[in-house]
Amino acid sequence: MLKVRQQPFKTAVLALVWGWLLVLVLAPNLLVVGTSVLTRDAGSFIALPVNLDSYRRLLDPLYLDVFLHSLYMASVTTLCCLLIGYPFAWALSRLTKPRQTLLIFLLIVPFWTNSLVRTYALKLLLATNGLINNALIGLGLIDEPLQMLYTEGAVIVGLVYLLLPFMILPLYSVFEDLRRELLMASHDLGAGKLPTFIHVVVPLTLPGVIAGVMLVLLPAMGLFFVADILGGSRNLLVGNVIKNQFLDARDWPFGAAASILLTVAMAVLLLAHKLSERRLGNGESKP
Amino acid sequence: MNRWLPRAYLSIVYALLYLPILVLVVFSFNSSRTGYRWGGLSLQWYESLFNNHAMVQAMWNSLWLALAAATVSTLIGALTALALHRYRFRGKRVLNGMLFVVMMSPEIVLAISLLALFLLIGLQLGFVSLLLAHVTFCLPFVVITVMARLSGFDERLPEAARDLGASDFTMTRTVLIPVIMPALLAGWLLGFTLSLDDVVVSTFVSGPSYEILPLRIYSMVRVGLKPEVNALGTLLLVFSLVMLMLSQWILTRSKR
Repeated sequence: MLKVRQQPFKTAVLALVWGWLLVLVLAPNLLVVGTSVLTRDAGSFIALPVNLDSYRRLLDPLYLDVFLHSLYMASVTTLCCLLIGYPFAWALSRLTKPRQTLLIFLLIVPFWTNSLVRTYALKLLLATNGLINNALIGLGLIDEPLQMLYTEGAVIVGLVYLLLPFMILPLYSVFEDLRRELLMASHDLGAGKLPTFIHVVVPLTLPGVIAGVMLVLLPAMGLFFVADILGGSRNLLVGNVIKNQFLDARDWPFGAAASILLTVAMAVLLLAHKLSERRLGNGESKP
Repeated sequence: MNRWLPRAYLSIVYALLYLPILVLVVFSFNSSRTGYRWGGLSLQWYESLFNNHAMVQAMWNSLWLALAAATVSTLIGALTALALHRYRFRGKRVLNGMLFVVMMSPEIVLAISLLALFLLIGLQLGFVSLLLAHVTFCLPFVVITVMARLSGFDERLPEAARDLGASDFTMTRTVLIPVIMPALLAGWLLGFTLSLDDVVVSTFVSGPSYEILPLRIYSMVRVGLKPEVNALGTLLLVFSLVMLMLSQWILTRSKR
């Protein structure tokens, strides 16, 4: 029989955490939703009346182009990360345990290193008189330096470089859980390599794929400094638009609406992740 | 299945991941001013880095901020993890969900929402606003680190302490805290690094009164090339490596 007694410690801890989350997470997000339906004001950033103009302006061809281009770059980034990361995670999960530990360590070292500095390092490689061009000219493969910096490709390379570990880690964890007996069973039942891959491996690793997509696709639309350093003025991300609206153009309602676009994208991806786990029936058994 | 093909593939990807970092480190010792050609060994960029007062000030500011943010988020995060682990309470799933959403949501969404809040309540943008923001995005990572440690923990220990008459507070102090200590240190180091590295959130919630390192670097690398950044990047790399090895060492040693 449990004794009913006062638990001042429990109350204090819960009050602290709830207080922090309500004040610094929930309230600010509600503020952003509120801001998005107000009108721009020169003096105090926002003013009445309430309207949906900001959302209408998201469909303005000028911004729609930027959003679609950003979504395109983020999608290509995600696809590249998946194509590189899937075989990578699979190969990693087949190594001996000590090797895996070492290689995972090597994978997260860059993640612990300043992302701005790493983006800048790419600039050293990609610039017109940078190392790649110098090497190619030195080898006599090209005569004129290639324009690599300030292109769409440079932004995508930068995003893939920064975000690849975020794709690999969730994939690695599903591959680690993938039981070899299942593959053997499929083989024993007469399935070839390709059917086994499509009907066994892909469904079982799908939650990892979706988690990876979520961890790559959303930041790939938000990391404005990558577009700033590597992309020039024509390759903007949604993050650049939000930043400009808040810090330069001072059109808060529009910036807020653009940010809600990202939040909605996140909600959709979270839902997809939950559904894929539920379909496998391990959503509850795994912590 | 072929053995060398997967290994060759892993090696190529690692080589590509480390190539830019290697270039950065090598060029930090380059004496040439143009930045793209090798002109011989030199420590001049390190020298000019430390002679730059604004830069050194930004370094100290970042360091203090990271220390404070890591400490506060570890405290709150550890208490949260303990509460989630031990207690049943209303809204537990909601609390878990909120932490998860904070971790998943794009940094820029968090950044503008906090900026809106700080301006609404009239908080001067500077150390305090940066601290509140950094603690908020570090919190879920600390909670996860500590929860992972708690999930493999013998439940009979706290029960025994309670049966022997220890209050919740005493039990936490004498039984739980020693058990989760390695996770606390690892979480602290992670928070420290996340804070030191953050660009996106800091861009929005910092003011002119408190300039921090990532923003200083950002304004330097936006236009052209600055060889000092190579030197600074190399220092940061060495620093993070030491921190990461420290945290791995703490975690593996505690498993024995």
